[in-house]
Amino acid sequence: MSLLAILRDPLSIEALAAAVSAVARDTADGCGAIATFIGVVRGQHLGRRVQALEYEAYEPLAIHAFEQIQRETAAEWPGVVVGMHHRVGRLAVGETSVLVAAAAPHRDEACRACRYAIERVKQIAPVWKREFFDEGDMWLEGALADPQDDGARQAARARACA
Amino acid sequence: MRVTVKLFARLRDLAGRGEIPCTIAAPATIADVWRALVAMHPALGPHAQSVSAARNAAYARMTTPVADGDDIAFLPPVSGG
Repeated sequence: MSLLAILRDPLSIEALAAAVSAVARDTADGCGAIATFIGVVRGQHLGRRVQALEYEAYEPLAIHAFEQIQRETAAEWPGVVVGMHHRVGRLAVGETSVLVAAAAPHRDEACRACRYAIERVKQIAPVWKREFFDEGDMWLEGALADPQDDGARQAARARACA
Repeated sequence: MRVTVKLFARLRDLAGRGEIPCTIAAPATIADVWRALVAMHPALGPHAQSVSAARNAAYARMTTPVADGDDIAFLPPVSGG
């Protein structure tokens, strides 16, 4: 199981957690904790009843963005191993859209790195979702992706360390 | 020279397709590719201030030079997660 992936098939947090812990076990300080984040399709958005979300990604660039996030977490929290899987295609309410798992020697850096990584995925991963609701559909747009923007990086770090 | 423009999400919908061959005079930057693209698809013009760019699947700047055969992607604000 690759640590970084864009997938059409349903995601498995167990598989990703096993993958990060297998890598972390072989590091100098080992693996004593795995923190995970599971993003799911919410049934309401801005007062609209959501029927489904359709995700698309620019896959090779998304993998590069995930690699950058791995480098950032490793620099901030030495010994942490982070994995990220994002799903694409049409997802029903309740389905899992994104997974992050962070393995570390201790819980503190595992939880911080996991939170940091999902914040950075939202900022720089080239992934888009189209929302289908009762009255129609529309593209949702969030952050203008700029992987060199240090302000965004600091904002993600502040959330991780709050 | 010839480059391939890749568009995603709302930008692809506005242009009507996701891959557009584009011929431009060398030397050129990604900003020149954007201008050539907007000339072909004026509906993209208002989005100039809200696109990110990538060259050959690596994030790049509007000032980044392009070479013959490059893939140049323009990305609307992202919404993963």
